[in-house]
Amino acid sequence: MSASSTATSAPRGGLGRILRLGASRVGYETRVYFRSPDSVFFTFLFPFIMLGIFTAAFGAAGNIGTAPDGSGGISVGAYYLPGMLAAGMLLSGVQNLAVDIAGEKSDGTLKRLGGTPLSPLSYFMGKIGQVLVTGILQAGLLLLVARFLLDIELPSEPETWLTFAWVFLFGVITSAFLGIALSSLPRSGKSATAVVIPIVLILQFISGVYLQFYALPEWMQNVASLFPLKWMAQGMRAVFLPEGFASLEPSDSFDLPLVALNLAVWLVVGLVLSRLTFRWIRRDS
Amino acid sequence: MTSSAPVVRVRDLRKSYGSVDAVSGISFDIHPGETFALLGPNGAGKSTTIEILEGYRDRTSGEVSVLGVDPRRAGLGWKARLGIVLQSATESGNVTVTEQLTHFAGFYPNPRPVGEVIEAVGLQSKAKTRIGKLSGGQRRRVDVALGIVGRPELLFLDEPTTGFDPEARHQFWDLVRRLKDEGTTILLTTHYLDEAARLGDRAGVINEGRLIDIGAIDEIGGAEARVPLVRWRDETGALRQARSQEPARVVAELVAALGREPGDLEVIRPSLEDVYLGLVRGARPETENNRETEVRA
Repeated sequence: MSASSTATSAPRGGLGRILRLGASRVGYETRVYFRSPDSVFFTFLFPFIMLGIFTAAFGAAGNIGTAPDGSGGISVGAYYLPGMLAAGMLLSGVQNLAVDIAGEKSDGTLKRLGGTPLSPLSYFMGKIGQVLVTGILQAGLLLLVARFLLDIELPSEPETWLTFAWVFLFGVITSAFLGIALSSLPRSGKSATAVVIPIVLILQFISGVYLQFYALPEWMQNVASLFPLKWMAQGMRAVFLPEGFASLEPSDSFDLPLVALNLAVWLVVGLVLSRLTFRWIRRDS
Repeated sequence: MTSSAPVVRVRDLRKSYGSVDAVSGISFDIHPGETFALLGPNGAGKSTTIEILEGYRDRTSGEVSVLGVDPRRAGLGWKARLGIVLQSATESGNVTVTEQLTHFAGFYPNPRPVGEVIEAVGLQSKAKTRIGKLSGGQRRRVDVALGIVGRPELLFLDEPTTGFDPEARHQFWDLVRRLKDEGTTILLTTHYLDEAARLGDRAGVINEGRLIDIGAIDEIGGAEARVPLVRWRDETGALRQARSQEPARVVAELVAALGREPGDLEVIRPSLEDVYLGLVRGARPETENNRETEVRA
């Protein structure tokens, strides 16, 4: 019942059928996602709420990164925007899918699907597609809120947006696979949030989402570097923070090649773990 | 019909979890178009057996062939020919009945029309309702609808009518008869023995991992177990019973002997439930003492 059993005698259509059903799953999954208040609040709206809170709480304290004479710098909202985009990528992928699939495992959804001629590949496509659709909507809305509600200036150069596109897509897809992999950790759907949320929350604190990364102790920065969220946040800072902020990074630069490398490694880790751990039902002895 | 290859063929099936045998050597066939009822107490090994046939579980040893394929090696093309109604599913149900069925119908090469299936399970008025808002019995009907939407050749019904009201149960029986008429082979488990008696062509009774009897639904348990029972109250007020192939004569003799109408008179033909309980209790001799004392006529 593992993903590897798909090779044998798929009904006519083969790959075409897998893709068609995958597309059908994307629509279905996305609909179900937006109808679940929990997932919408804790994975879709959460970054908006946090951005609002940070802006309201620290906005009055003045700009971040100002020159000694108090001029220049960027608003608190502008500083936190890349972190919130990165948090959204992590929540839409890791938290959403890990909790969602663990729930599907224990409420019988996966067992039912496993008894139908749905290929696990189509199922995965549905999950990844749902994360992409909701992740893009989330990022798009965050940018609109930033621009028009918080009056944050966004980059205008096309190359910067190209960087945004690859960091975002790379990050979201990596995050989706890590979510699928992590879903095998909770023993039941009920314990899923208790297992997943602390992991995601700690990562957000040490990876430069809620706390300014340059202000963290070096050992914490090093620990964060082992996990993908730090690199998503760094990639997003490269896109949205002015050049000058590169000097606040530990290596004095946003290091985009290193961002790409780390995300690639985590993508492979996520893929392999998903492939190894995913089962329609818990394997019996 | 029984001359063609069986749809399900099980030989000496065994499944053990560590040192515990859940299934210890079961053999049976299910023929095309047949409805086979697998009966047995909770924990007897029914579900384990069914889940091995459905491809959900591995077996420890023995031979299994379902639609000519070993479920252990079966692929998606094989699954497209099965319909599975699991024992319980508790999905959150944020989609409507129509949405869910339309989505699942898309998995199969030659599905039934969704509207037809919704009508067949009697959920027309709930077609646009989210599954999570349905009652337990209505959700169970959705499970059944999902099991038949792919036009299966072989349908597994694992306790399908749990939570149904009597009317829904009768509607469901009609539906199963229609599926039978269309040639669907059905493997049914149920705790409602009247349901098994109405729907089943043959039955197998499992107890403690073994098949203790198998046969036509009206012959299982042997002729002995189906001997009618005459029950009445004697002069002392004690309940008496006698078994006889000629219950009318027993009653006539009673009336002649007593010279009046016997009190609380009943003539009972053992139902499948009685036969089943006899079989299952017979397999556990320690309960023998609890049975009522019987006089042989």
